Amino acid sequence: MTVASDPPGDSAKRPRRLFKNWMAKLASLPMILTALVVFVGGTAWTVTYSFTGSRMLPKTKWVGFDQYERLWNTDRWIISIKNLAIYGCLSMILTLVIGFSLAACLDRKIRFESAFRTIFLYPFALSFVVTGLVWQWILNPEFGLQSVVRGWGWESFTFNPLNDPNTVIYGLLIAGLWQGTGLIMCIMLAGLRGIDEDIWKAARVDGIGVVKTYVMVIIPMMRPVFITALVLIASGIIKLYDLVVAQTGGGPGLSSEVPAKYVIEYMFRAQNLGQGFAASTMMLCSVVIILIPWAYLEFGGRKRG
Amino acid sequence: MADTITNTPTEPHGPKPKKAMSRANIFLYGTLIMVSLYYLLPLYVMIVTSLKGMPEIRMGNVFGPPMEITFEPWVKAWSEACTGINCDGLSRGFGNSVRILIPSVLLSIAIASINGYALSNWKFRGSETFFTILIIGAFIPYQTMLYPIVIMLREIGLMGSIGGLVLVHTVFGMPILTLLFRNYFASIPEELFKAARVDGAGFWQIYFQIMMPMALPIFVVAIILQVTGIWNDFLFGVIYTKPATYPMTVQLNNIVNSVQGVKEYNVNMAATLLTGLVPLVIYFASGKLFVRGIAAGAVKG
Repeated sequence: MTVASDPPGDSAKRPRRLFKNWMAKLASLPMILTALVVFVGGTAWTVTYSFTGSRMLPKTKWVGFDQYERLWNTDRWIISIKNLAIYGCLSMILTLVIGFSLAACLDRKIRFESAFRTIFLYPFALSFVVTGLVWQWILNPEFGLQSVVRGWGWESFTFNPLNDPNTVIYGLLIAGLWQGTGLIMCIMLAGLRGIDEDIWKAARVDGIGVVKTYVMVIIPMMRPVFITALVLIASGIIKLYDLVVAQTGGGPGLSSEVPAKYVIEYMFRAQNLGQGFAASTMMLCSVVIILIPWAYLEFGGRKRG
Repeated sequence: MADTITNTPTEPHGPKPKKAMSRANIFLYGTLIMVSLYYLLPLYVMIVTSLKGMPEIRMGNVFGPPMEITFEPWVKAWSEACTGINCDGLSRGFGNSVRILIPSVLLSIAIASINGYALSNWKFRGSETFFTILIIGAFIPYQTMLYPIVIMLREIGLMGSIGGLVLVHTVFGMPILTLLFRNYFASIPEELFKAARVDGAGFWQIYFQIMMPMALPIFVVAIILQVTGIWNDFLFGVIYTKPATYPMTVQLNNIVNSVQGVKEYNVNMAATLLTGLVPLVIYFASGKLFVRGIAAGAVKG
């Protein structure tokens, strides 16, 4: 992201006039309204109303932190957070590892590179709903993968993650990885292409193996790419919703609930707006916690003065 | 003799590249092919299942090719599949999605390109601040803004209508598209803009006659980005529309995950494939541009 700002002296030289450049201001009005009214205003509104006892309709009956207290005492929320933590950690690690490995394989000057890339990336074009439904079908215990392997003669083969509360999250993970790793691979590949050929020559001269060169030299050089990928994966994980709705519906029982789903259920189904607002504020907090260190790493060093 | 002298003496040293490579290459290609199978499997299963009859699905093997190809599931998914009491198939969702998609894409790209142009060529006091807020806004979870938008849409009377959803897509597409256009316009030499100014061209004249024609490739990238993004949206569709105006993804989910009736897996897979067809066609047709689009969308957003 290159948010280059003007030199501050430029606009200070002349007297400020509201109507200077007025057409540009008028044309930017949709952007200004979106930024201020929807993004800032909407977020502030939700955070404010999370301190009220709103149920069916938002109202200003202040209850302090009651909604948050109730939230953290609700099993469903705790399950949601745990699920997101498991899914998030595994998805982050595996996406990075698989994405980078695939990119490294494709970067070895192989043939049919673009065919492989097309195959790895096409799931990303599909929606989470489609992804979830396909994997729901493949993992169907009666007719899917499990029955096929049993049909081959392995009678006791059991692979039924979607109907087991303990493993359902891994079923989601299989589908999520299928959909998302291609994107990370693409980003990693772009990063690898940006690395100087001379590094490889130098490594060969020094007799360092290929794998060792990747781990010791290339990966440290690609730190910015990894950070971007990480932010990307993390912001995708927090939004996790469609996939769960399509693939498991949160079940069996509550075992694959996630926070985004909790928010929407409480806001639009259970008509408990206050809970929904509190839960979404917690989601916002987690994003802020992720984003601040990243913004610091990304922009902190470049600040003037 | 002359040949050996002209060749540099260092050449034969070290392991022979060809032999060492081939062993590694078998492993490399083997891995890539195995992984490709994992990635291709769902697409294959979708196609195969959607072409089978129900009796064949009950007997057999999801991975097996259909013994008798039937297009009935496709017809049924398109025009007869039920969501609740409505049994007019996915065609309604398809129609809604198209009616949502076209205005959303046009509106969001028009607004974002003008924003990007104003931000790179007509900077005004505070423009960078608004832009920064816009970009930070892209990271805010949608859940925190869902309800205030419900209120706003209700106030202007667009809640539940396609127009409301178009507005929502325009708003949420704005950060990334504005960034895309802003960076592109910033890369166009400033002399061009200055020359046009000297010749007396105004804001709109420069935009329509100089900037827009030069930015055609980025418009294509933006269209690809928006078409796939809006087509695949589920969250906004489910919240800001009502059953009569549900987009295709929402209707698909309701068809497949409905609890009533006998599960017809072949119809479900035909419906799933139909919903995925639009982005897939765009993906395979656009090739490198798609990669460029998502790289722009992903890395910058």
